[in-house]
Amino acid sequence: MNGKMAGISLSVNLCNIRLSNPTVLASGILGTTRALLKRVADNGAGAVTIKSVSKEQREGHKNPTVITYEAGMLNAVGYSNPGVDAARSEFYNLEDIGAPVIASIIGTCTDDFVEVAEGLSESGFSAIEIPLSCPHTPGFGLLSGQGTPEATYEIISAVRRKTNLPIFVKISPNVPEITTIAKAAEDAGASAITAVNSMGPGMIINIESKKPVLGFKVGGVTGDALRPIAVRCVYDIYKAIKIPVIGVGGISTGRHAIEMIMAGAAAIGIGTGVYTRGIDVFSKVCAEMKQWLMENGYNNINDIVGIAHD
Amino acid sequence: MIEQPQMVKICNIKDETPNVKTFFFEFTGHYDPGQFIMVWIPLNDEKPFTLSYINGNIAGITVLRRGDFTKTLHAKKIGDQIGIRGPYGKGYGLSEKSVTTCIVGGGIGMASIACLADRQENATFIQGARTVTELLFRHRFKEMKLCTDDGSLGYKGTTVDLLRELIGKHNYQKIYACGPEKMLHKIFELCSEHHIDCEVSVERYIKCGFGICGQCDCSGQRICIDGPVFNKEDLRNMPDFGKTAITKSGSRVSL
Ligand SMILES: Cc1cc2nc3c(=O)[nH]c(=O)nc-3n(C[C@H](O)[C@H](O)[C@H](O)COP(=O)(O)OP(=O)(O)OC[C@H]3O[C@@H](n4cnc5c(N)ncnc54)[C@H](O)[C@@H]3O)c2cc1C
Ligand SMILES: Cc1cc2nc3c(=O)[nH]c(=O)nc-3n(C[C@H](O)[C@H](O)[C@H](O)COP(=O)(O)O)c2cc1C
Repeated sequence: MNGKMAGISLSVNLCNIRLSNPTVLASGILGTTRALLKRVADNGAGAVTIKSVSKEQREGHKNPTVITYEAGMLNAVGYSNPGVDAARSEFYNLEDIGAPVIASIIGTCTDDFVEVAEGLSESGFSAIEIPLSCPHTPGFGLLSGQGTPEATYEIISAVRRKTNLPIFVKISPNVPEITTIAKAAEDAGASAITAVNSMGPGMIINIESKKPVLGFKVGGVTGDALRPIAVRCVYDIYKAIKIPVIGVGGISTGRHAIEMIMAGAAAIGIGTGVYTRGIDVFSKVCAEMKQWLMENGYNNINDIVGIAHD
Repeated sequence: MIEQPQMVKICNIKDETPNVKTFFFEFTGHYDPGQFIMVWIPLNDEKPFTLSYINGNIAGITVLRRGDFTKTLHAKKIGDQIGIRGPYGKGYGLSEKSVTTCIVGGGIGMASIACLADRQENATFIQGARTVTELLFRHRFKEMKLCTDDGSLGYKGTTVDLLRELIGKHNYQKIYACGPEKMLHKIFELCSEHHIDCEVSVERYIKCGFGICGQCDCSGQRICIDGPVFNKEDLRNMPDFGKTAITKSGSRVSL
């Protein structure tokens, strides 16, 4: 069986970036230091994303910033990050990480995005991801109107003019017509769509103290609860645009990954799965994908991309 | 498991020193010395503390007053509630009775090492503080060797100075330590030099407590889940130990 598994290829080409397998560390999970990125790559990730970086340093929201419940996770970390200058010194020699490294950049206005993108342009990142979709940080994402087709177009075309790196635009599941945002990003020159960011926000109240648990009171919902929504978003986006989609939301097993790829994802992001299955979730998901492909008569992961469509 | 705080009532409070109080509450469940819990004060914040006492189903945390959170905690009265979740992380590994061990606590690091001292038989126990009024648990551990920086009680000097002298006389096979990182790093070097095993508890800024946010990184190790207790081999592969730490924002600072 192992001999047969060895003949199965998981490698994918994402915007001319070669990934040894389609699993990608999602932004905001463990991507705080170079050493952690390396450790995630050593645990089998096909690519890794850094925690989102802004122009100035940010401490983020007060704790609790991450909690779990029966169906997933709520987080309101609040984009804590050391700022673009410190990030540049943290993330060096990225060729030695062992997997392509994706930058994630955030801003409160178009100029900030451009400045941060330029600030990280010489660091050896393989792509730049731009989340316009955080549901719980004032000044950023949905809370500052970045999630509309117009704002998406404006921000992405401004960054597009300043960098030759592939741009991944990360969008929210919270909109009624997600394809309009994806199309606006594609029109502005995005290279891929990352779908999706956390949904909500949601709230959990501790009934003994009678107070919301998260320090910011509300936070984005991720994990199992998000998966069917993420799969539907990827399915819709895949039909509507030509650029590749990176499917993110509730993936923690090989079956979940296969499902997302069948919906149309060229690669899949994993965040909450690092909690549910451990830091080696990437190698576990890869082994499970190979197993499924073998049992179902496939030898190349690319053969099932979008296969769920009529 | 669901990672959310459970409210518990403070059933007793003990003044340990002018700046340190112990808060007792009901706690059931398994706990290894060196593990930590997250303590939540609704609408304020949530921070890590080790259990410093375990007696039946009552546990205690011993808290040094520092900034906003610990000030708010110090103002709590018997009967008030706090939220707790955990325990988290990897604690100290107990040694066989036949192993000669030494336990070293510096400052509030004593809180982390006290439950280990309860359980580890036949250990030499060293405590260091800046001055006599900051020494902790003097009645609880009567055999402790005390050091103060100013010589106001016991040995005048640091725990590392005393430990260096004692290593010359006793054949310690294992040293456990918790305290300021500069002290821990010197003990690690001393242990490397003398080929003694060691386990030390490392602090970094902790947010989630269960290994997902990456905030407490030390050279690729997550303090909250891979630590906080690390042995000599782990520490050898952690160049940040004793040198740099990342803060609440993720900025790197020198220690
Ligand atoms: C595993 C672990 C176990 C600990 N056990 C104890 C204990 O038993 N008794 C005790 O008194 N203290 C303990 N601490 C330290 C304690 O968490 C901090 O003193 C406390 O969080 C300070 O909060 P503050 O708002 O009062 O002070 P602040 O003014 O916010 O900070 C004072 C100092 O505490 C540190 N600190 C603040 N927040 C955190 C955080 N979320 N995580 C880690 N460090 C932080 C900062 O580095 C800062 O230098 C432990 C820390 C860790 C990592
Ligand atoms: C603790 C935590 C922090 C996150 N931080 C970021 C972030 O900084 N930037 C970002 O684009 N997405 C962030 N996200 C969203 C994830 O990248 C991902 O889109 C989401 O968690 C859904 O995937 P999952 O269900 O696999 O976790 C964060 C998610 C979590 C749980």
